[in-house]
Amino acid sequence: MTINATLLGQAISFFFFVMFCMKFVWPPLIGALRERQATIAEGLAAAEQGAQAQEIAQAEADKMVAEAKTQASEIVSQAQRRHNEIVDEAKQNAVVESDRIKVTAQAEMDQEVVSAREALRKQVSGVAVAGAEKILQREVDAKAHNAILDDLIAKI
Amino acid sequence: MASESNGGLIDATGYIKHHLQNLTWGQHPDGHWGIAHSAAEATEMGFWSINLDSMFWSILLGSLFCLFFWLAARKATTGVPGRIQNFAETMVEGVDNIVKESFHGKSDLIGPLALTIAVWVFLMNFMDLIPIDFLPETAKRVFGIEYMKVVPSTDVNVTMGMSLSVFALMIFYSFKMKGAKGFAAELTMHPFSADNKVVQIILMPINFFLEIVSLISKPISLGLRLFGNLYAGELIFILIALLPAFAQPLLSVPWAIFHILVIVLQAFIFMMLTIVYMNMAFESH
Repeated sequence: MTINATLLGQAISFFFFVMFCMKFVWPPLIGALRERQATIAEGLAAAEQGAQAQEIAQAEADKMVAEAKTQASEIVSQAQRRHNEIVDEAKQNAVVESDRIKVTAQAEMDQEVVSAREALRKQVSGVAVAGAEKILQREVDAKAHNAILDDLIAKI
Repeated sequence: MASESNGGLIDATGYIKHHLQNLTWGQHPDGHWGIAHSAAEATEMGFWSINLDSMFWSILLGSLFCLFFWLAARKATTGVPGRIQNFAETMVEGVDNIVKESFHGKSDLIGPLALTIAVWVFLMNFMDLIPIDFLPETAKRVFGIEYMKVVPSTDVNVTMGMSLSVFALMIFYSFKMKGAKGFAAELTMHPFSADNKVVQIILMPINFFLEIVSLISKPISLGLRLFGNLYAGELIFILIALLPAFAQPLLSVPWAIFHILVIVLQAFIFMMLTIVYMNMAFESH
């Protein structure tokens, strides 16, 4: 172990290796490392932001669903109400219609009764005349007795 | 493995010495340039000689580090990283986090410096886990190279070369960040200070002595810690290799497993202390 010029040789090669490392090795590698670090940090921040945006959107969506639900139930209750109204209306209409039909029928019936009575009256007068003819066994001057008959008819 | 050790104690000593001998190239005392064949010869060559094996493995491993990380960095994408990039990024991020925690100044140098130290020192330490005679024997038989120490961090020149470089950076940045005045104040105003000017002037040399010792001891402890740990580990592998073949795995396997911890830890400590020292240099009081 004698000290000799190897010392200088080693120092010189040390100098060159450090220079080489400083020029060609360290900067690209540390640059790539730092840049990747920045990229990853950005990515993480973006992911965080995305998660936040997703949360907000979820809340929005929840709100909208709730709104839609209330709206739907409102519509349903409205429809229910309308349904009831329609049914009631129909019932009323039916009652009115039936009344109207009843009235008409009554009127018709009354008229029928009047005409029937008229006919009956006429027939009764005929029958009475025929009966009287039979009873009297002779021909009665219809014209002479019409006034009496008419009076009779009116009395019936 | 230790084929030379069959003959007994002399051969064992020879084997150990052979394994601790660097492939030192320099000028022999007689004037011609060549390889040193013993520790004494290497010492005789003086400072202007060079350990070819240490330099070869250290530069090879450093280049491997650069190549691998360059391959990862060249195609670095901010999207999904590939396998190489993934690994490189793990290393870079780990080092960057440690730097962020321990280094409070602003510098483009500290990160790459720490990464280079961590990976390079680890790779150099890792050579210790390759079976002890593998590469030296291959070098001897294939290339005819007599001496081959494959673990650069068991060479004190290598570890001190790095720690002294760190020391130079410390001094440079101390001056740059604090100015000559601030640096001088840091060396003379602590740890003892007084409100009285005269007392302060008396205390200055004491402070300076203490601070200089602590300053100088930093690179020395930094370099020698790594060297000592790896040298000791290597030596134990050499001693285990001297045992009979059946006994070797019983010891070398546990030691290698334990050594996995040591090599990572030593690389980490070297890096960590460098960051801390650089932080001290950048910090002004």
